Amino acid sequence: MIKLAKLQKNFGHLKALNEIELAIKPETITYIAGPNGSGKTTLIKAILGLVKPDAGEIFVDNIKLNGDCNYRSKIGYMPQAPSFPENLTVKEVFEMLKDIRAKHSDLDDQLVHSFGLEKEKNKRLKNLSGGTKQKVNAAIAFLFNPQILILDEPTSGLDPASSSILKDKIKEERAKGKTIILTSHILSELEELAENVILLIEGKVCFNGSLISLIDKTEKKNLERAIASLMSEAAA
Amino acid sequence: MKELLKISKYQLNDVRRSKWIIIYTLFFFAVTYGLINFTKEPSKVLITLLNVILIIIPLVSIIFGTVYLYNNKNNITFLSAQPLKREVLFAGMYIGLVLPLVASFIVGAGLPIIIYIPLFIEYSGILILLLFAGIMLTLIFGCLAFYVSIKNEDKLKGFGLSIFVWLLLSVLYDGLVMFIMYNFSEYPLEETSIALSLLNPIDLARITLILKFDISALMGYTGAVFNNFFGGSWGIYISSVSMLFWIIVPMYFALRNFRKKDF
Repeated sequence: MIKLAKLQKNFGHLKALNEIELAIKPETITYIAGPNGSGKTTLIKAILGLVKPDAGEIFVDNIKLNGDCNYRSKIGYMPQAPSFPENLTVKEVFEMLKDIRAKHSDLDDQLVHSFGLEKEKNKRLKNLSGGTKQKVNAAIAFLFNPQILILDEPTSGLDPASSSILKDKIKEERAKGKTIILTSHILSELEELAENVILLIEGKVCFNGSLISLIDKTEKKNLERAIASLMSEAAA
Repeated sequence: MKELLKISKYQLNDVRRSKWIIIYTLFFFAVTYGLINFTKEPSKVLITLLNVILIIIPLVSIIFGTVYLYNNKNNITFLSAQPLKREVLFAGMYIGLVLPLVASFIVGAGLPIIIYIPLFIEYSGILILLLFAGIMLTLIFGCLAFYVSIKNEDKLKGFGLSIFVWLLLSVLYDGLVMFIMYNFSEYPLEETSIALSLLNPIDLARITLILKFDISALMGYTGAVFNNFFGGSWGIYISSVSMLFWIIVPMYFALRNFRKKDF
């Protein structure tokens, strides 16, 4: 359960997050949609403590975030743009994470296998292609079997085959009872995964509810159309 | 604490592979070895070495530190999403930077001195102070590098500022002090000049050593005032403690910015 109360973040004059009130349901897939620059990534980064909010509170599992970092061990995070210790190999990064968290995980071989990273295992990260980096990025999010998965634009840069592997993986985790948060600005792509939809526009929550209720409300036939109509409503 | 050691370990492994660290070590080795062989006079060797330390250590520490932090940007972003405290991450990064620099200096300058140790037996006090000054300058300019590069997102701006800070403290500052002394020479300036030298870590390191050497010709104006004002050993004590402040203050502000930083 993740709860945000009056969350506010400004970048200069820009209100990236404007008094956000949200509760993200456990054991569902929540899809945060919104146009470019609507605050999706800022919202996610605030939950992770990467961005420090100017005001408001965040609760993860009913515990208020106040500088303690242990809650992050419950979260698997896949950032939009992968950033890695460039000089390490794929295998070394997995080892480093296990070492730093002092946690055992035997999921790494399985993840390397399912994302087809066997050939790249011993290559340095700076020598990998963008798509391969994104796969490593995804594998890291799943590495410690976390209760909460936060995936920022997970399918961007992936080829269709890897993209569907990732989607299957997300469905599999959902079946195990994980809380999953996704963002994307390509609406059609993740429609099959979304259960709850949150629409952010200019740092404000414009819609928060199930996919079915969204489609009912707007009387459109799919997510893309529904969100497009909400966006034009918001603009008007 | 465990996490701190682990992060430092990964950073050290990374820096150790850098060719600049090896060049830095070789540089100190060559300079010290060369000086000993040319002069054979330990006091001259130590004075020249002091002047090399006062220029080179601040320069290398601040430039290498700035480049290091910008190069590790991805790494820091990556680790900050892990269950790690920002303070731990900061300290791990700092240790990863200053430990190799300090080790390079000690090994590079220390080896030739150990080889010719009979020459330096009488000068052990000065040797220890020289080592101390080198280490302090590395720690101070490492902090300044952290402050500048955490504060500035833009790499070029940060790099430029770092060079400016070095230039200001090592070259321009002396000129400024001279300018003030010359123009206000009709006023009593003892206190002012002491205050001015407390505001410059390089000056502090120089004064600490010069007071120990007890060579008035090399004291310069601020050194002489320090000597008169505090006397030899008190002067050394005060200038060393002031150098400690030069680590604490920039580190406090760098850490404060690091904790507030958005990744």
